[in-house]
Amino acid sequence: MSASRAASRWWPTIVVVLVAIALPWIFYDWAHHRGSGFMISMFSQMGMMVILALSYNMLLGQAGLFSLCHATFFGIGGYSMVHFLNAAGDGDLPVPMELMPLLAGLTGLALAIVFGAMATKQRATAFAMITLGIGELVSTAALMFHHFFGGEGGVSTNRMIDHSLFGLNYASGIQVYYLILAWTAISTGLMYFLTQTPLGRMANAARDNFERAQFIGYDPRMVRFIQFALSGFFAGIGGGLYAITYEIVTFDALAAPLSANALLMAYIGGVTVFAGPILGAILITLLQSGVSLLSNSWLVYVGVLFIAMVIFAPTGLAGIIHAHGPIRRSGRLGRLLVPYLRLVIPSLALVLGFVGLVELLSFLTIGAAQGRKLVLFGGPIDIKATMPWAISAGCLIVGMIWLRFEAASFHRVWDGLTAELKSRR
Amino acid sequence: MQIVLISLLNGLVYGMLLFMLASGLTLIFSMMGVLNFAHASIYMVGAYLAYQISQVLGFFPALIIAPLVCGLIGVAIEVWGLRRVHHNGHIAELLFTIGLVFIIQRLVQMTWGMLPMAYRVPPLLDFPLFTIYGANFAAYRGFMLLVSAGMLLCTWVLLKKTRIGLIIQASLTHPSMVGALGHNVPVVFTTVFAGGCLLAGLAGVIGGNYQTTEPGMADGMGPIVFVVVVFGGLGSLAGCFIASIIMGMIQTFAVVIDYSIADLLAPVGLALHGDTLLTEVLTVPVSRIGGLLPFVMMVLILFFRPRGLLGTRDT
Repeated sequence: MSASRAASRWWPTIVVVLVAIALPWIFYDWAHHRGSGFMISMFSQMGMMVILALSYNMLLGQAGLFSLCHATFFGIGGYSMVHFLNAAGDGDLPVPMELMPLLAGLTGLALAIVFGAMATKQRATAFAMITLGIGELVSTAALMFHHFFGGEGGVSTNRMIDHSLFGLNYASGIQVYYLILAWTAISTGLMYFLTQTPLGRMANAARDNFERAQFIGYDPRMVRFIQFALSGFFAGIGGGLYAITYEIVTFDALAAPLSANALLMAYIGGVTVFAGPILGAILITLLQSGVSLLSNSWLVYVGVLFIAMVIFAPTGLAGIIHAHGPIRRSGRLGRLLVPYLRLVIPSLALVLGFVGLVELLSFLTIGAAQGRKLVLFGGPIDIKATMPWAISAGCLIVGMIWLRFEAASFHRVWDGLTAELKSRR
Repeated sequence: MQIVLISLLNGLVYGMLLFMLASGLTLIFSMMGVLNFAHASIYMVGAYLAYQISQVLGFFPALIIAPLVCGLIGVAIEVWGLRRVHHNGHIAELLFTIGLVFIIQRLVQMTWGMLPMAYRVPPLLDFPLFTIYGANFAAYRGFMLLVSAGMLLCTWVLLKKTRIGLIIQASLTHPSMVGALGHNVPVVFTTVFAGGCLLAGLAGVIGGNYQTTEPGMADGMGPIVFVVVVFGGLGSLAGCFIASIIMGMIQTFAVVIDYSIADLLAPVGLALHGDTLLTEVLTVPVSRIGGLLPFVMMVLILFFRPRGLLGTRDT
């Protein structure tokens, strides 16, 4: 029994790892014997973002600390990695490539200890504001001090340092991808392990009830501080991998938008479940590489998605999946199928109408300035005509009203099912 | 002497502008516990609206209408947004306002484009008010001082001398008691939120042509305003005022000081040579790191006095 239960707990992890290992070969161009560069760099990006989102969730989800300077540690890891690689290239730093991210992590840790000592005296909103200030402090400094940060142009390096444990030179993207995958797996494993330690448990306790945590003899400030420092360590590893992949680190790696991104990934994925941020990181990276190529208005969609999650699904995607657990175990998931299908059409109408309106609006100003033609849903569209506007607005309104009805009936089915499950117990 | 006087006046103007933004933020925060990240975005919306209205009706109607519209936007945000997420806790509220930042930022870009707007000082106020030591002081800056001082007075009278102010002050500390006495606390919340947004909009109207009206103005202003609120102490209007003026002074004086730490060390006999990280840090002139100073100040005050200048409570 326990063996099969352990197996059923571990199989998703094993499947994810196997898929991640196979990914570059799925998109491999066998005819020309080379990997797909775009895909591999996207998967590498996913790996880093998974580390960033998970380490961010050590603060937001596990310790209830709402940090706004997480990219600072990511960026510092990246910048220091560039300098480490340059030193290694000159022969001053005899560390194999595979262990380099550890150095970047330690830099992140050192900085997180310094800033954590200041920030973790406070919590909740004051903590958020202090971290905002710290993030701005470092990113402003990055533009001013050229020696370490290189100013606007950033600092660049060459990752082929000819020193590897396995004799690899990391010239190709696939080798780098596997390095990133290995470090992502190691960091994820370590972060999961941390949630099982007394530190992880106390972080949860200090999040849920500050006074009680104090009462049983722990210092919540100390717990917060250690948690903050360790999350800086993992973010630094992520930043190190970023530097290895792109061989250049600029101001973007530690500025506020990346901190906000970490928050988005963790929250949309779901902060209450350990694997939630992984889901969020993969989804947001996919959206970012896909949608931002297609549309100017990427930020509006992210913002709306984010606000919708905050209002309607505060537990995130992983939380939604988690909520289906009891129903799945009782074998009644099939009864949700039809209500779900009925949600699909109005949601589609809503999304199409919204996307249509946003795109039309953005093409009125930005698109016109760029002199491009609007191509939407497979055909060119004249933005001056009334028809597209009317159709989009109609879709939006009808979808919204219809979705309200369907959501209400879905709620009835859902409540009925959960009530049934409760009465059975 | 001339530089000092002019910088003093400019610092005062900038500080008052900061205070107009920060006072709304700190009021909203101390009453609702919500840190409104979208506050600077409202400031930006105020500037854009003022530009649009001043194209049609002129500057002075815009001075009245744009802040009112911003106040209405505030009502909408509070009633349809914040109230819904309120039961999910403070973090959900913070996240909600961050989402708003993205949306407002992009909507503004979609409506008005990416380029700076030609929002200019009205011709009526476009003359030098007086001249000190050969340097002109623009009348518009005097007008900004006047507006912000008037606003300061109005807010003070409203909060300290009227019944509404009394209820608002009571709701700051004892919202449940105020509710038990029969006042509608959610309406008080909405009023305060709308008032804060109105002030931010007003700051946008008079700040939009003082600085530039462009899509990056919210990102530029936001962090400084947060620094002011933290520096002054969360929830303290007086502290907020002092912090605003200090920040305004620091920012304007930093621009004109062309000394570095190395210049201080030189008389002692320490001369710096070479090109290393340390010498760069020591020889960079203050004027170049002016943008850094507010954040350094914030970190310093948090180190020595975590609750801020006049803050009364930890959060």
